[in-house]
Formats: sequence, C-alpha cells, structure tokens
Amino acid sequence: MTLTLTKDLTRRAVMAAASLTLATLTVATPTWAEEKIADSIHFLIPGGAGGGWDGTARGTGEALTKAGLVGTASFENMSGGGGGKAIGYLIENADSNHGTLMVNSTPIVIRSLTGVFPHNFRDLTLVAGTIGDYAAIVVGKDSSINSMSDLLAAYQANPRKTAIGGGSVPGGMDHLVAAMVMKAAGEDPTGVKYIPYDAGGKAMAALLSGEIAALSTGFSEAVDLANAGEVKIIGVTANDRVAAYESAPTMQEQGIDASFVNWRGFFAAPGLPADKLAMYEAAIAKMYDTPEWEEVRARNGWVNIHNSGADFKTFLEGQEKAIGDLMKELGFL
Amino acid sequence: MLEGILIGLGTALSLTNILMVIGGCLIGTFIGMLPGLGPMSIIAIMIPVAISLGDPSAALILLAGVYYGAIFGGSTSSILLNAPGVAGTVASSFDGYPMARAGKAGKALTIAAIASFAGGTIGALLLMIFAPALSSVALLFHSAEYFALMVVGLSAIAAFAGTGQVAKAILMTLLGLIMATVGEGALFNMPRFTMGVMDLQSGFSFITLAMAMFALPEALFLVMHPPKAAGSAEDGKIKDLRISRDEARQIAPVIGRQSLQGFFIGVLPGAGATIASFLGYAVERNLATKEEQAEFGKGSIKGLAAPETANNAACTGSFVPLLTLGIPGSGTTAILLGALVALNVTPGPRLMLDDPQIFWAVIISMYIGNLVLLILNLPLIPYIAKVLEVPRNYLIPFIFFFTLMGAYIGQNNATELLILVGFGFCATLLRFADYPLAPLLIGFILGSMLEDNFSRAMQLYDGLGFLLERPMTLALLVLAAVLVVLPTYRARRARLRQAGIADGD
Repeated sequence: MTLTLTKDLTRRAVMAAASLTLATLTVATPTWAEEKIADSIHFLIPGGAGGGWDGTARGTGEALTKAGLVGTASFENMSGGGGGKAIGYLIENADSNHGTLMVNSTPIVIRSLTGVFPHNFRDLTLVAGTIGDYAAIVVGKDSSINSMSDLLAAYQANPRKTAIGGGSVPGGMDHLVAAMVMKAAGEDPTGVKYIPYDAGGKAMAALLSGEIAALSTGFSEAVDLANAGEVKIIGVTANDRVAAYESAPTMQEQGIDASFVNWRGFFAAPGLPADKLAMYEAAIAKMYDTPEWEEVRARNGWVNIHNSGADFKTFLEGQEKAIGDLMKELGFL
Repeated sequence: MLEGILIGLGTALSLTNILMVIGGCLIGTFIGMLPGLGPMSIIAIMIPVAISLGDPSAALILLAGVYYGAIFGGSTSSILLNAPGVAGTVASSFDGYPMARAGKAGKALTIAAIASFAGGTIGALLLMIFAPALSSVALLFHSAEYFALMVVGLSAIAAFAGTGQVAKAILMTLLGLIMATVGEGALFNMPRFTMGVMDLQSGFSFITLAMAMFALPEALFLVMHPPKAAGSAEDGKIKDLRISRDEARQIAPVIGRQSLQGFFIGVLPGAGATIASFLGYAVERNLATKEEQAEFGKGSIKGLAAPETANNAACTGSFVPLLTLGIPGSGTTAILLGALVALNVTPGPRLMLDDPQIFWAVIISMYIGNLVLLILNLPLIPYIAKVLEVPRNYLIPFIFFFTLMGAYIGQNNATELLILVGFGFCATLLRFADYPLAPLLIGFILGSMLEDNFSRAMQLYDGLGFLLERPMTLALLVLAAVLVVLPTYRARRARLRQAGIADGD
C-alpha cells in the first residue's frame, strides 16, 4: 500500500458505499421532455464511487435520463490499475459492450504515455469530451506573493526554497501544469522543486504552514478555497478569465503562454458500429441544451467543453503531444 | 461564546434533531460492526440521506451520530472477533480481544464504551474552548515533523517486544514496512513491486491485511485448539458489565491523559485516530507499573482504555482543522467536508462568523451524540456480547464469512480474497512460530505515511538537513528512541537483577 492510508480508506469507503447501492443501480425516468434517442446506457467507471470519474458518469446519466434523451442508465464501478483494469475489460469484451460508455479524463493520456497501462485512447472508440476543469496556481492568503511575477521573482531569488506542491505524483497532472507554467515563463522546468502530496487536504495544510510556496491544483477546487478565504489564485490556465471567479487572472494575461484543460469525456468499446456511435454522440450533444444538464453542471461547478468525434481525436492528439514533449523534457519518458 | 453555545443548544435540542442523533447512533453502531465498513463508508452511505433533509444542522447532527456510532461499532468487532475494521481500532484489539477470550467480553465492551464516551466528550469540550486558538497549532507541523511523529507511532511495537521477542517484533515491523511499499505511491509515478499484477497497483488494502493477520489466524486457531475448560466463553461472565472500583481507579488517569494526548494528535491534519491510538497504547504501557506492563497484550484494561479514549478524542480533534481551516485531516473529515460543501456550508475561518448556528450545533451535537451512544449501548452490550455464546460450529463459519466479506466489500475485487487467504495462511504459520503479528500491521499502516513524509522532508531540505533545522523533529525522534529503549533497558535490568538473586542463592 503506497497510497496513504487516508486515500486507501477513502477509496474503500466509497467502494463500500457503491456496493451497498447496487440495488439502486438503475435510474428510472420520470419525465419525457425530449425525444428518446437511446433506450439505455451502461456507464463503466474505472474508479470508486465518489471520485471525479464517478461524479461525471452519474451526473451525465442523471441529466440524460431526466431529460428523456435516454431511457435508463446503469452504473458500474470497476477500479484497479489506476483505471487500466476497466480499459482492459472494455477492450477484451468489446463485442458484448456496445451499450457501454466508459468515463475517463486527462490521466488516460498521461498514464498510457508512462506505460502504467498498455492501452491508449486509440484502442477505444472516442465518443465525446464533455466537461473540463482548468488548472490554477494558488498561494496562501497571507503570502507576500500576489502574482505570477512575484512567484517567479521568489523562485529566481531562491529556487531551492521555493517549492511548488500538488496533489499528484511527480510526472502527474499537477506537476506537469507547474512545469508547463514555469517553462512558459522562461525557467528551466526541471529545476522547479515539485513536492507531491497524496490528498488535497494535506497539500493545503502544507501551503498554509509555509512548507511550500505555491500549490498547483484544479481551478474549481481553487475557487472553493478562495471563496473560503484560504488562498489567492495567482494564475489560471484558461485562455480567458473564467466566469466562476472573474478576479483570478489568467496565465496568458501575465505574459505566460500556458493553457491547459483537464477534460473528462466518454469512450466506447473498439469496433462500435457507426450507427450506435452516432446515437451516443447525438444524445450527448443534445444534452447540453437541457435544463436538467444545466442543473447537474451548475451543482458540480463543471465547465462545458464539448469535443465530439473528430474534434475529440484532434484534441487528444494535441494534448498527448504537448504532455509527451513536456514529460520527455522532465525526464519521465 | 456563551451565546453561541445557547444557539447550538437550541438547534441541537429540537425533537427532530434528537431523533436524528439517536437514529444516526443506531445506524452507525450496527453497520460499523461489519469489518470493511468503517465510519467513512457509513458516512458516505448516509450523505445522500442527510442532504435530502435540506437543513444543514439536522444533516450534520445525523452524520455526527452516525460517526460516533460507527466508531463504537468498529471497536466491537475488534474486541469480540479480533477483526478490526478500521486502522483506528487495531490497537483496541491488542487487549480487548484477549479480555473477550478470557470471558470478560461484557466488561471489555463497557470499558470501550466508557472510554469512547470520555474521550469524545472531553475532546468536544477542548474543541469548544480551544478551536480558534488551535488552528495555528495544526499548521506547526511540516513533513519533517510528521515523519518524526510516525517514528514515535512505530515505537508502539516495543509493547510486543517485552517478552524477549525484540528481534522477532523488529523483523515483523520491517516486513510490514516493506509490504507498505507495494503499489503506486504518492511519490513515484511508477508502481513498485507489483510484479506486473494489475490488482497490486494500488498496493495491499488495509482491511485485507488486517483480516489476514488477525481475524483469519484467530478463527483457524479456534478450530485447532478448542477451549479446554469453561474458562472462556461459556461461564456466563461475558454478560457482566460491572467494573470494580479498583479498575475504575486504574483507568481514570489513562482516560484523562489519553483524552488530551489523543485530541492534540487529532488536531494535526493527517495524523489522526490511528496514530493517536498506537501512541496512546505505547505511552500508557511505558507509564504503567511493571506488573501492569506484563498484562499489556494479554487483556489489560489500561491497554484497552488507552487506544479507545485516544482514537475518539482524536476524531473530535480532527474537527479543529476542518471547521477552522477547511482542511480535512482524515478520510472521514474529508467526506464530511464534501457533505458540508454540498449543503452550501463552507468550512474555514469564516464559518464561525458567517454561520455560528451551524458551528455550534455541530459541537453540541457531539456531546449529545456521545451521551446518546452511551445510554443506547450500555443496555445493548449483553446482547452484543452474546455473539460469543453462539456455538463454535456456527461462530467459526460466521467469522470466516465476516472476514471474507470485509475484504471483498472494500474493493469489490475477488483478487482480494486470494490475497486474504494467502496471507492468512502465512500469518497462521508465523503465529505457530510465535512471531507477533501486530508489529507487522503497525509497520504496514504507518509505512506509507512514514515514507511519504520522509521523502518530502528530504526533498524540501535537499537532504537530512531537516533533522538539525527543525528542533521539533529532533525532539520527537529522541522521544521515540526513549520509548523504544527504556522498556527494553528496564526489562533487561530486571532480568539481570533476577539472575543476580539466583546467583546469590
């Protein structure tokens, strides 16, 4: 067990919760506001209940069924191998899984690059990227750092004492964002001291205690912390300021050409018939206009970033190249 | 503050909210008895119910009741079946289970209930008075100190090394530390020691290992060694709840000390109930007299009261960083944080100012939860303890079922069952060879936190510089050394003195 205990227990807890809710797997539809596009969708979730993947799949299923676009939605949690187990399952049992959509996100790109699992997104049928979250660099509320240029000045003055923390392993998403930003600001990304924490709470404690100078984290999490009066957001990796927190400056406007989106989206089994793929794509595309989706989206603070079909492929290839280049430079590949 | 307490009382004492507390405690206790379903799982299950109540105070009061109930329920399976469902109750099985085997199950459960009550209540009192002031204490600890704190926690193994088994206890601890390195950790982006097995990528799960080390070998031993005389389960004493005046006098100071110590350890984000219970056990063993020390691990009431008090006080302590800083210090508080956010309550420095009724209702509901739990559970103890009166040919399959289910329910993964049976077999062999298994589990539980914090400190200070630059780290490490060396030294001196007397004869 090299995940820490807390994380392990959290996963165990949510899995247990999932197993107890097996009886309520199927969500029935109360209303028929929209024309039904698909009878049913089975969502395969490569992690435990309660995580980001789980929330995305269940929220999407809820919106699709409530809006009447899909008859029924069922959910299956299959954790293991950092998501690799579910991917392997979907590929091995492709023929019997034409009714299945698997949720995934940026780590499928990162982890197939590092070889944590043997497959990559090309082995699956791409359905659509649906939502996303930008990344952000935050500092503690009492920190003397107020902008990216302050952080860079502190870093240049004492690079060994200006550590940036994050909630992912070295070479994981938070580290890559920190390295990407420092590189775009003209620094050597390998020189940045990145300190990994295994849970957001511990990284926050480290930030407030002064152990790390700044924290690389997801934007929606950063907004929650900023609203609680804990942190200052000094840079967002979006191209324009985000409506959810207008006062947070983007990296771009501070002269740092770094943009990054942690997307979430859906994949289907390889060899999915074209008519089925079109059906799923249509259901998801229509979902964005429904009030049911808007309710789910707003409740979770997600940002709509819709990439369907060929666009999704182009987007993933672009991200794979950008992340792959950066990881090579950092020495992880 | 007084005004706040009154607001909290007004909220918490409404009829609906009292029903919430009672319902929460009952649900928590009964589900919490199943290994594999610790407080976190149960709270996760109850969150949708709580949110559907709509009223944040009522929801939190329900969840607080569930939380306390679950902690107590978890101790029950530790004590009766040697099947600790969560890491925080592992230390309770060290002495609780031997007591139950000796036919004192009722007394053990009573001590657990009273110790939990006292730890939780004193913790809530400290929380009420010191919460705002303590938020800065929570931030005093850096990775270097957490590393040192884990080392102090490891010194609990000294308790198992007393009877000339120092080498065996250390070997087992090392084995536990090694097992903790399996899988994908927080510090490396490559899985270690998984031998290509995908199911090992997340490492061994605590619950599987706890069942394999404790519950499974115990059940096998019950099959192989039927109790010889009526000395154990059958002589009717198991329902006896009474604690003698002398016993009360023995555990009172333990409860007092461990309420304080447990609470302060709980305040540190990331340390939590597990460390508090191990440390409580280690410290109380060191403070005990020599005769009492010999009892530890064999059914000492002090050895049961210490971890039970400490883990409950620590649970309360973990609300300090949650409520005042918005930092979840443990898995359970992380889930509670999620519930708070879903209820549109943002914990943090502003909670006390913006929503005082919620802040105080949570604290008051802790008192009520503790009290209700004690009142509900004391009458239930004789019935709970009756589990041990079930005829052995029914009880043993039941324990096996319980054990297998606990390991499976955590991961929904059948491979866990193979790992459980494999390790359970190895653990049984080790028990035949008289190796203590508790140090292995302690090493495993603390191992990943020890390693993560050590590596972080090394990275931050570019080497071992933190040992000198951070005096608190050094102080904690010295304390750990004292806790390990002192009992060994005392035991050695006692042996030498005995030998000397023998020579003089």
